[in-house]
Amino acid sequence: MRTLGSMFPPVPDRLLALAPVDMAIVALYFAAVIAIGFYLKRYTKTGDDFFLAGREMTAWVAGLSFLAANLGALELMGWAAAAYQYGILATHWYWIGAIPAMLFLGIVMMPFYYISKTHSVPGYLKLRFGEPSRALSAVSFAFMTVLMSGINMYSMALVMKVVLGWDINFSIWVSSLTVALYVGLGGLFSAIFNEVLQFVLIWLGALLIPILGLVETGGWNGMVTRISHNFPGQDYTHLWRTMGSFTDNPMGIHWTGIVLGLGWVISFGYWTTDFLVVQRVLAAKDLRSAKFAPIIGAGFKMMVPLIVILPGLLGLALLPMKLTGEAQAVASGGHSFNEVLPLMLARYCGPGLLGLGITALIAGFMSGMAGNVSAFATVWTYDIYKALFRKNATDAHYVSMGRWCTILGVLVSIATAYLVMQFLSIMDYVQALFSFFVAPLFGTVLLGMLWKRATPKGGFWGLLTGTLSSIGMWAWVKLDPGALHYIALSSNAKDMAENMYRALWSWIVCVTVTVVVSLATTPKPESELNGLVYGCTTVPGDGDLPLIKRPAFWAVVVGVVFFVLNIIFW
Amino acid sequence: MREGHGLLSIWFFVGLLLFAYGVLILGVSLYDLYVPPAREVVMGELHVGIWWGALLVGLGSLYIHFYHPRRYRS
Repeated sequence: MRTLGSMFPPVPDRLLALAPVDMAIVALYFAAVIAIGFYLKRYTKTGDDFFLAGREMTAWVAGLSFLAANLGALELMGWAAAAYQYGILATHWYWIGAIPAMLFLGIVMMPFYYISKTHSVPGYLKLRFGEPSRALSAVSFAFMTVLMSGINMYSMALVMKVVLGWDINFSIWVSSLTVALYVGLGGLFSAIFNEVLQFVLIWLGALLIPILGLVETGGWNGMVTRISHNFPGQDYTHLWRTMGSFTDNPMGIHWTGIVLGLGWVISFGYWTTDFLVVQRVLAAKDLRSAKFAPIIGAGFKMMVPLIVILPGLLGLALLPMKLTGEAQAVASGGHSFNEVLPLMLARYCGPGLLGLGITALIAGFMSGMAGNVSAFATVWTYDIYKALFRKNATDAHYVSMGRWCTILGVLVSIATAYLVMQFLSIMDYVQALFSFFVAPLFGTVLLGMLWKRATPKGGFWGLLTGTLSSIGMWAWVKLDPGALHYIALSSNAKDMAENMYRALWSWIVCVTVTVVVSLATTPKPESELNGLVYGCTTVPGDGDLPLIKRPAFWAVVVGVVFFVLNIIFW
Repeated sequence: MREGHGLLSIWFFVGLLLFAYGVLILGVSLYDLYVPPAREVVMGELHVGIWWGALLVGLGSLYIHFYHPRRYRS
């Protein structure tokens, strides 16, 4: 049977070939997201509509969108690959690396973001610490967001080439222009609508793999037995048991790195201060919905390993070939770790279901990219353009700027993708650069919200020195690999472990400098901190709501489930 | 959200797309019962496409029913 996949430029080897019905499913998806963009344009008139979706989202819509913006295709395929490589240890990035931070955002931090009526995280820093802190975080965020978007775009196009044989240029231009169109038309409104749609498609497209995989292996125990048989002497199915020493697990990481580096600094930094995800919650219709949204997101986040980690583990148990690193796979003509999810998709999914699975991957990519460009457009328009260049323009002017910024953001992302194509090492540098800002920003925002004595000078210098110290530590290890022993506490530490510890140190530097400088400088009067800081703000309670309708109750429920899951898979 | 201002619910769109996907997957899977596809899949004897397609049709129908614009217009 001739496949529509062969319409695209000549492909010598590819993992999957799509049937006409698969192509119809993919095409229907593109048509649907563009149609939603056109439909929502008429409802997107003001700045609040375009940048904050009118602040009218229900807790469920904001919560699912909050999670979908993070659930990119590379997230799906990358962590499935990590699960094949490192086993269930990869789950730490979904559980301890996300759940406590999401619950903290909902219960502790969200009231301040929401009550302050800020448009963005840099906007909160402006209110709390002044213009210099906002400018520093806004410029770094906007710059890094579009660069990361380009890297993800290139990586996704590469995946589509390997898996489906699609031309890289075709994948880059079609997917990115589609995102530009629907976000440019409907702003955050359209991005959130499509993210909810994408969230549903990701689950329905990917869920069949774990279901059928567990049927084939005879359940969890059957899968563990097969993995032990295929890889004797290695523990792929315990979360914490091998964390006592750097050398006992394939990641080369100690439990302190996971708990303090990942579970505290990196996770809290990303989930509570990265505007890409926080923007979705700011769109909630009221404070209770804004508090509920991250808790709903956390509930679903706990289940994501079912469609990401489990397929990787099932790959270890069921695939007849052994997957290897990318370089070795290219040299030997075999398959790499990164192909585990498409391989499992091909194993179980015939015509139609395959199209749904591929649509899930494309939907994941587009939700991630839409998150990047909508956050970029907001930060550029409100925190850079309006703050530094044109303070008193009309609302319509800023909406127009937001639309153009969306297109500009996509074009810069495309340019980055082509740059990465020429110079692959850029990818490592940009990913490292992005990590420089997350941990210190968390220190600054946390102290800003919880410590009223923190001063504008303390906030700015803490953020700056924290960021510079992170860059310095990274450069030190690059120049002298022996420095790894000091930064990551072990010469055996791998890249991931180094990132954990570098984040931890830079956070400590940020907090220390903020505290010291604050104690030496004059704080803002308390009257100016109302709505911004704990102790100076009256946070509306839940009134007479029954227990079952209170965000705190559901946060406890999610927390208990999180704890029990860690014990079960200990 | 703005259902009261005439804005359709996102769940209505979700329902439409799931229904369309369900029809396509169910249709091609039933066709494959009589004309087996060239590429065989593991556990193909379970005819998962039929069950999954039916599930999507069912879910899509529910969303379309409960979030149809006429329900909050009346």
